[in-house]
Amino acid sequence: MAGVPRAAAPVVAALVLMALPALLTPYTSDLVIKIMVLAVFALSLELLVGMTGLVSLGHAAFFGIGAYTVVLASPESDPGNLALLALSSVGAAAAYAVFMGALSLRTKGVYFIMVTLAFAQMAYFVFHDTQLGGGTDGIYLNVRPTIGPLDAGNKLHLYYLALAALAFTYGVLALVRRSRFGHALAGIRVNEPRMRAAGFSTYFYKLAAFVLAGALAGLAGFLLGVKDGYVNPELLSWHESGAVLLMIILGGIGHLRGAVIGAAAFVLLKELYATPAFVGDFLAEHWQLTLGFTIIGFVALLPKGLIGLRARLTPAARKVST
Amino acid sequence: MDLATFLVQCLNAVQYGLLLFLVASGLTLIFGIMGVINLAHGSFYMAGAYLAFALTPLFGPNFLLMLLAGTLLAALFGYLLEWAFFSFLYEREHLQQVLMTYALILVFEELRSLLVGNDVHGVPVPAWLSGKVPLGELMTYPVYRLFASAACIVLAVALYLVVNKTRLGMMIRAGASNRDMVRGLGIPITRLYRIVFAGGVALAALAGMIAAPMSSVYPGMGGQILIICFVVVVIGGIGSISGALIASLLVGFVDTFGKVFFAELSGIGVYLLMAVILVWRPEGLMKRGY
Repeated sequence: MAGVPRAAAPVVAALVLMALPALLTPYTSDLVIKIMVLAVFALSLELLVGMTGLVSLGHAAFFGIGAYTVVLASPESDPGNLALLALSSVGAAAAYAVFMGALSLRTKGVYFIMVTLAFAQMAYFVFHDTQLGGGTDGIYLNVRPTIGPLDAGNKLHLYYLALAALAFTYGVLALVRRSRFGHALAGIRVNEPRMRAAGFSTYFYKLAAFVLAGALAGLAGFLLGVKDGYVNPELLSWHESGAVLLMIILGGIGHLRGAVIGAAAFVLLKELYATPAFVGDFLAEHWQLTLGFTIIGFVALLPKGLIGLRARLTPAARKVST
Repeated sequence: MDLATFLVQCLNAVQYGLLLFLVASGLTLIFGIMGVINLAHGSFYMAGAYLAFALTPLFGPNFLLMLLAGTLLAALFGYLLEWAFFSFLYEREHLQQVLMTYALILVFEELRSLLVGNDVHGVPVPAWLSGKVPLGELMTYPVYRLFASAACIVLAVALYLVVNKTRLGMMIRAGASNRDMVRGLGIPITRLYRIVFAGGVALAALAGMIAAPMSSVYPGMGGQILIICFVVVVIGGIGSISGALIASLLVGFVDTFGKVFFAELSGIGVYLLMAVILVWRPEGLMKRGY
């Protein structure tokens, strides 16, 4: 893609996605919506891991809180206001991110990984053990929210809603990357003591990144709640947090594109491994086994993700990277 | 709450805390020495419980012999696992270690489902430990739980002696405080790593085997204990065995009494404890310098 402006690829991708519904069957359209929702989720984590260098293993908490909020805040039998519900999902996730970030950012490195995991697990137990959201059974969203002519119950409307959210998230993060704030985050990632010495109060920069990431994950959760019309505590579980980390690593950390590619690769791999027609009945039933070994292979062979693959394949790039 | 109930709950808390200590001490050692964050550690606990389920019919009444055989098997397994999957992880980032061990959990869960299925199983308490001790006038306390506590105490003491009084323990402590220096002194660090990892796996599996007759043996039991052990390690301070002991007992008490007083919200108590400790001491109760 030499010579093409760097912004071209995402714009082309967005245009393709806009035209895509004409070609999709209900099943594939559902798959693409799922990819877009998870891409928003993965992008939000990329802000933490890729841009700020904070490895969080509790990111699913915000995703789940966002999803639960839209279901719990919707009226019983009327469609809720889509904009208000989206804002409350984002707000609830951001509020928990303030609490969780303020405490867990007191720690570093491997402590941070464990502490975020533990705080996410705490939120998980709130939904798992109390009747607030139906306990372990989860809870259903009876009527999808609407706003004006837009009805989230309509698959096509939902598709464009998810696409808009993805474009919005991508745009926000691309701006953050170029902003002074983003540069400060990059500085923190590379050398935090030096940033502190330069007069930045790094704690608040990190907290701001953490809350923004939580809020965007809440947006992804909102979309998921609306898409599935059902939420259960497993959305907040650490398996989900691990899965989203996997997505950004699969794609390649340090690039916004990586998160989107990773989300697509993850959803498609999972779909592939769980479909008997592709891999046979035995493996389809035990898809976690295949997925597990794929991840191990990735860690061992492709530490830079799918984006790094291209660099690995071209000799010139290899010379630079080694 | 009368005195007898209180006493019973205290015994339960100590017993749970000690069991947590067995799992958490392996986790904290592996991190402290090898710098690897091992999400799959809970799987070893689960493997131990399933091992007890599989071995009990073979050994019958020889419960102690079964524990020994199971521990040896687990140590061997840990030794091989370190060689196959962990030996190239040390130089990598935490992120990749998280991923690799996350993948191992998926693999272990599926292997478990392939080998034993997804049913919940029970392991019988051995006959010679199946009695009850009277406590006060109305209460009784199962002998097996006392045995479990005693076994954990014996193991904790043994661990203390190995780490503090033997040559191997000296190398372990040296490795925990300065890895590069140990390597520089010509101590075979790869073998040390392998031994520590095998030891950690054996401890977790042994904890699983001891726990099996008290709790049922079920899928997902590894994940649950793993998170609690993370809390223990964070509270205690990474790499510190004495910190792990204090933290496990603390967590044992908070969890047990949380269940008595706030049944519905009991799952959260332990995490709140962690939050409070983090505000007070961000690096855990017993900070070690790495």
